[in-house]
Formats: sequence, C-alpha cells, structure tokens
Amino acid sequence: MAPEKTAAPGTPRRALVLGGNRIPFARAGGRYAHASNQDMLTAALEGLVARYGLQGERIGEVAAGAVLKHSRDFNLTREAVLGSSLAATTPAYDVQQACATGLETLVSLSNKIRLGQLESAVSGGVDSTSDAPIVVTDRLRRALLDLSRATTPGQKLAALARIRPKDLAPVAPSTGEPRTHLSMGEHQALTTAQWQVTREAQDEVALASHQRLAAAWDSGFFDDLVTPYRGQTIDGNLRPDTSLEKLAALRPTFGTGLDAPATMTAGNSTPLTDGASTVLLGSDAWAAEHGLTPLAVVVDAEAGAVDFVHGEDGLLMAPAFAVPRLLARQGLALADLDLVEIHEAFASTVLTTLAAWESPEFGRERLGLDGAFGSVDRDRLNVHGSSLAAGHPFAATGGRIVATVAKELHLRKQRDGGTPRALVSVCAAGGLGLTAILEAA
Amino acid sequence: MANPITATLSAKLSGLLGFSPAVPLRRWAPDQPLVDGTVLVLGTGADADAVAALLSGAASSETGEGPGWGLEVHRHPAPDRRYAAVVAVLTGLEHPDELHAPLLAAASTLKGLGRGGRVVTLSRAATSDDAPAVAAARQGVDAVVRTIAKESRGGTTANGLVLAEGVPVTAPSVVGGLRFLLSTRSAFVHGQLLAVDTAAGALPADWEKPLTGRVAVVTGAARGIGASIARTLARDGATVVAVDVPTAGEQLTGVANAVRGTALQLDITAPDAGARILEHALARHGRLDVVVHNAGITRDKLFANMTEAQWDAVIAVNIAAQLRINEALLTSGDFTDAPRIVSISSTTGLAGNRGQANYAATKGGVIGMVRATAPLLEAFGGTANAVAPGFIETEMTAKMPAVTRQVARQLNSLQQGGLPVDVAEAVAFLSSPQAGGILGRTLRVCGQNVVGA
Repeated sequence: MAPEKTAAPGTPRRALVLGGNRIPFARAGGRYAHASNQDMLTAALEGLVARYGLQGERIGEVAAGAVLKHSRDFNLTREAVLGSSLAATTPAYDVQQACATGLETLVSLSNKIRLGQLESAVSGGVDSTSDAPIVVTDRLRRALLDLSRATTPGQKLAALARIRPKDLAPVAPSTGEPRTHLSMGEHQALTTAQWQVTREAQDEVALASHQRLAAAWDSGFFDDLVTPYRGQTIDGNLRPDTSLEKLAALRPTFGTGLDAPATMTAGNSTPLTDGASTVLLGSDAWAAEHGLTPLAVVVDAEAGAVDFVHGEDGLLMAPAFAVPRLLARQGLALADLDLVEIHEAFASTVLTTLAAWESPEFGRERLGLDGAFGSVDRDRLNVHGSSLAAGHPFAATGGRIVATVAKELHLRKQRDGGTPRALVSVCAAGGLGLTAILEAA
Repeated sequence: MANPITATLSAKLSGLLGFSPAVPLRRWAPDQPLVDGTVLVLGTGADADAVAALLSGAASSETGEGPGWGLEVHRHPAPDRRYAAVVAVLTGLEHPDELHAPLLAAASTLKGLGRGGRVVTLSRAATSDDAPAVAAARQGVDAVVRTIAKESRGGTTANGLVLAEGVPVTAPSVVGGLRFLLSTRSAFVHGQLLAVDTAAGALPADWEKPLTGRVAVVTGAARGIGASIARTLARDGATVVAVDVPTAGEQLTGVANAVRGTALQLDITAPDAGARILEHALARHGRLDVVVHNAGITRDKLFANMTEAQWDAVIAVNIAAQLRINEALLTSGDFTDAPRIVSISSTTGLAGNRGQANYAATKGGVIGMVRATAPLLEAFGGTANAVAPGFIETEMTAKMPAVTRQVARQLNSLQQGGLPVDVAEAVAFLSSPQAGGILGRTLRVCGQNVVGA
C-alpha cells in the first residue's frame, strides 16, 4: 500500500494497528505465579520487538499499565522499556483505567498518531493476580510511617509500641468496589437478575468462547500474536473439551444471596489470570518504512460511565450507552459491523449488553431512540473466543482483543475484499466502559 | 556451556578410560590474525606462485585478482623454523613421483607446527578422464591429507581443496575455501577434502563481514546449533530471520533480539511455510538470499521397533519440509540473486547409526537433495550445499549417557566434541559469496570422525 502523504497540520491521518504480541495468559497461581508485572510486560514487549525487528528502535511512545499495581511499580511501562531491546530513548507512560486500561492506551496513542504527534507507538497492559500487592492495615501503615519520621529512640519506641498483633495481618486484596463493597461478580449478579438472563444462555456463551478460542489455537491463528513465556505455550484457562453438561454441573458462585436464581458460576465468569499484551501502532509512512503490513485502522472511540452507586444501571453496563453514541457519531448501525468484540467479563455481561440493545424500552427510555438499538448476530460476536476462555489479566485484555480483531479484519479483507469493520467493547470497574471501532486497513 | 561439575566428571571419566585430555581448539574472535605466524607455501609453478602472492600480498592493496592477506610467507622450509600453517599447492601433479618433493617438505615441518596449526592442500579432482598416472597422483593426495589429519596433534587440522578441471587457484571459492581452512573458523573441520566445482562466486568486499546486505533465514533457530548459526550469520553481516515452531517462541525471541533480526514463529511442515518465509523476508527485509535448513528432530528407535508415527514425524520435519520450502523458493522468481541453500545433514546420514533409521534416511536425504538442487540454482549463481556435523556438544548430546557421550567425543582425530559454532562457521562459509563455486557438496564438521569416513 502506498503511504499516505503527510497530512496538513490539524488534519487527522490514519492510525494503524500493525501487529501485536502477548504472552499466553496463565491461571492465577500458575506458571507466572512468581513473575512480576514488570517481568511480564517486558516479555510481551520483547516478543513484539523480535517479531517486528525493533531492536534499538526509538518508538514514539509506549503506554501501558496495570490494575493491580505495587507501589514500587511507579513508571512500570518505562521500566519495561528499559528492560527491553527497544532504544532507551523510547518515552513511556502508565495508564490505569481498570479493565479498560489496555484499550485506553491504544486509543490515546492512536489519537497522537492521528494528530501527527507520533509516528509509532506501542500500547499495552499487564496484570498479575498472583503477584498482587499486599496491603497492610491502616494502623500498621501509620505506625510504620511515624517510625520512619521519628528522630529519637523514645519516639521510635512509642511508634513501635502502638503496633498490635492483629495489625500485622495483611489486608486481602479484593475486587470489591470501594463504594458498594460488592465484588464485580456480585454486581453482575444483580444485573443478571435485573435482565433475567438464564444460566443456559450464559453457559452457551462460555462454551462458544472455549470452542472458538481452541479452534483459533489449533489453526495457528495465534502463531504471530502470542509468544510463549515461562513454559506456558497456550492460554492456561482454555478448556477445549468443556461441554454444556460440564458447565451445567458447576455450582453458582455469585448471586447466591439474591431472590432470583443464582446463575453465575466459575465456568461462565472469567477467572483470575496473569498476563500481558502489547499492540504495535504506527502511521502509514512508518509502516511502509519498516515493511509492515497495516492490519487495521483505529477509527474512533467512545468512553462511558454509569451511576451504578445510586442509579439503576449495573456496574458493567457502561458500554451499552457508549456504543450507541459511538456508532451514531460514525453514522453506523450494529448491522454495519462485521465483527463485534464484547469483553466477556462474565457471560452475562455480554448477554445483558445485548439484551439492553435489543430492548425497545431501553432504546426509547435510556438511549433516546425510537425503539431498540439493534441486535448482534452470534456469528459476528467474539469469533475467536474471548475472556471466558482466554482468561482476563485486567489491563492486558484490551491489547489481546485489539490485536486479535485487527488480524481477523485484515484476513477478511484479503479474503472477501471490502473494508470490514469491528466494534470493540470493554466494560470496567467503577461503572466505566470503553468502546472503539476498527476497520481493515 | 561447560558445567564445572560435569566437566570435572568428564575429565575423570576420560582418565579412567585411558583417554588423553583433548587440546582446546582455537575459535574465531574479533581482531584475531588470520594465521598466527608464518605460512609455508609449497609447490612450484604459477598456481603456487599465485597462492603465495595472495597470502603475502599487502593486505590493503590489490595483488593479482584479489587483495593480499599480509601474511609472512616462506616458499621453502627453513631448518628449525616453526610454521603456523603449511599450504601445499599440488594442482600440477602428473605422476605419483611428483608427490615426493612438496609432501616430504611438508612432512619435515609437521612436528614444528604450532598449536592449532593448519595443513591445507590444493589439488585437482581425479576423474576417469585423467591419464592413469595423473588420476593416481591426484587421488593419492586425498589419502595423504586424511592420513596427515589422523597423525596430527595439538588441535592442528589437515584439509584439502579439490579443484575441478579448469578452476583456477584464484577462483573465489578456492581463495575463500583456503581462507576458511586456514582460519580458526574451521576449528573442527579436519581430514576433509572440499570440492570446488566452478569459478563462480565473488570475493567479499570485507572478509570480516562477507554477508553484508544479505538476508538469511535460519530454521530451528531458537536453540543449539540453529541459534549459533543465526548469531554467526549476523556476525558476518547478514540480516537474520529466525524461524522456529511457535512453542519455542520465547527462546526464539531471545535469539532474534540478540542478532537484531526478526522472529518468525512457524511450523516448517505447514504447506505454505515456504510462501510465508518468503513473504516475511521480502516484506520486512526486501530480499531473501540464504536459507539454512537447520530444523530437525529425532525419534530414535531400533528399526525393527519403529512406529509409523516416529518414522513419519522425522521425514516430515527433516526432509519433506525442506524439499517443499526449496520448491516454493525456486519457483517464486524472488530467490535468484546468487542464492544459497545450506542444509544440515549428519555423519549419521553418511554412515547410519543404530536406532536412527528414520533420522539417517533424512540426513542422507539431505545429501542427495543438495546435490540435485545445486544444478537448479547454478544459472543464477546459486548454490545448495550441506554440512554434516559429527559429535557436537548440544542440549541433545548432553542427554546421552555419560560413558557413551565420552566415547563418542573420542571417536575423532581431534578427540573431542565440536561446538555448535563450529557447524555455524561452516554454514556461514557456504552461505557466503565466496562459496559460489561449491555446488551440491556436503562438508563434514566432525574432527575427522571415524564414522562414515
């Protein structure tokens, strides 16, 4: 493809997805149990550098982040860059937007490319639930801080004397929302009940996810998207041999205290996972200079948030509002999308989002439309599986989805022609959601 | 890398078995002199004069057809003089009687050769077209070289270049071959006669970086010999595409980043492997010049107990994939600028080996394949050759039982195992522009292993 001419100042140009690399996702406590966020992000970057021959290259900017982040991990991304084969003159910064982190880094870097501020960039994300930061009690923390400030032996002793044995127990890390003290699963259980999503429908989504991801691995689809790490060569959570029967046999884990039937199990909810992902972005000129085939164009993005604390919307429902705004701005309908990637935080997250869009009432009352927003064919939805099968290392999920869908868009354009389009929708803690449109380059 | 504990054990075992400790071989290092001392060039006539001029000519100026190497050269052995290398130019022989003068002169210097000395002969190939006396003299040279190799000590090697009729001693592959055999790059090449078939090829602009501007694909590059080949080709100036199966991706990443190349995770048995290799090389690096077929597997079993799965897996990876990839490259029209194919065979492919019928079939197959592929490449200056390693210290051979391994190390005239880099150096030479006249040959890197010799 001929590179586009440099755009006039102020006129956006194309931001391209050129490729990606992630490490296989591993179950918490598995092979990456002793790998830090920095280790994993560096590994994902190193694989990207090797695949695209970027050794010693100064990339315009690298942005990544982690959700569960140690206090020592300030400048996590910059440290990963320094530990990689990229030029040490590559700038980097950290982002934290819960599970949307990996997609937010992509959106913000793409915009810089569109504006001509960057020629190349790497977005990414990493999370370890195995190597999660341990939080100490507030009483212990205050005593230790006072101790560090103490100047006389008497002050030091006084600070130490305040510590009680019970203060020494670590505070368990929690996925609970700070304002509701409910875990994400319990929040989604409320939404699941609200939208009356059945157990069977959720298990079907989970089964399709495993089957489709397994097929993608078998066909070699991930050969140029994933680099093994620490002996993990395939996503650790993947269960190619699971079945509706096996899924149906699992006991519910969330929503067991509600009046509605508890339907969410370990099988139709994403497990805690460790992993890292990266996406290589660039301008047309930079891609041509490096002999890289553009896979997809980052067209547009829209963030959303819901008032899950006081309002009627579920914690993970923000994309249900963001996507209609995004498509309206682009003059598109759901039917115009060839691929739809909805992050499977839980099977019922996908199903409640689809149900909201299919509801004429929701369309009229909440989206301000004439009727239902629309529906998504299942054969366009998460075609290579998603988080239920691959696992969900929070900040790494966006990069996994984007690289996968960008490759699929490119393959479809090569095969069928035209300009296939994809929607990416990621819900996040805090009632957040981030959505984006990509099209084949 | 030598583990101190196993190294000590090996030394003890070696002592118990009555073996003398092997002399450490000198390997190539940056800024090393080509030959560390005086070179004795024996023989008379224009060819010997041309070789002497090449070796002694000023390194920076043009002498004859190529720049000289700036070495100190003697034409006659001086009494009590120690030489670093002896080059016997025997291309003019017409009768076995004429072996006397140059070879006995060489013999008088052998005891004084320094550690890691070199004996290299240049002679003509004996064919049925020769007069009987001429053929006798020429064939006799080969056997003398092999004998000198068997008698040599202290890491000294003896090898010969065997020129086809009409190939001048100044041909690129003769000059390049001589330089390779004199240098430490050929540390584990011993007792070999390397044929030079034509005057094709080109001398490199820079002997230290002969592969500058060339793009090389190395399969099985994640570890062992493949990783060493990738590093050596990159050292010689090539841009390297490191290929290995997706499950070896982590190690492959390390190799690709170390050589500043690109990693291509690919199962070479995939039907479209050749197309994908070519597409990657052309898109990323603009060309493809060298393909090193190193990837290989073993599924050892006594032939009587061999299963279909074991047989088929080895055939698929070790030879069928190479044939399919070569065909894709040869029919692409994009592999025509003096391309090089170098395939890794094995002494097992020459001699067979107990429990390795499938492996032997493929490694023998490689020897046949390169011989038949070379003519297909000749029209555009291309070559196909093989390297047949003997016992090499790798992760694979480290798993052998200790006694078996120690015995295997001793079964060659250098009385030690080679290193992956020794194989890589031979591959780098056969990949180079100066090796353009070596067509369809198999070069053993085995320390003159008794197996299959």
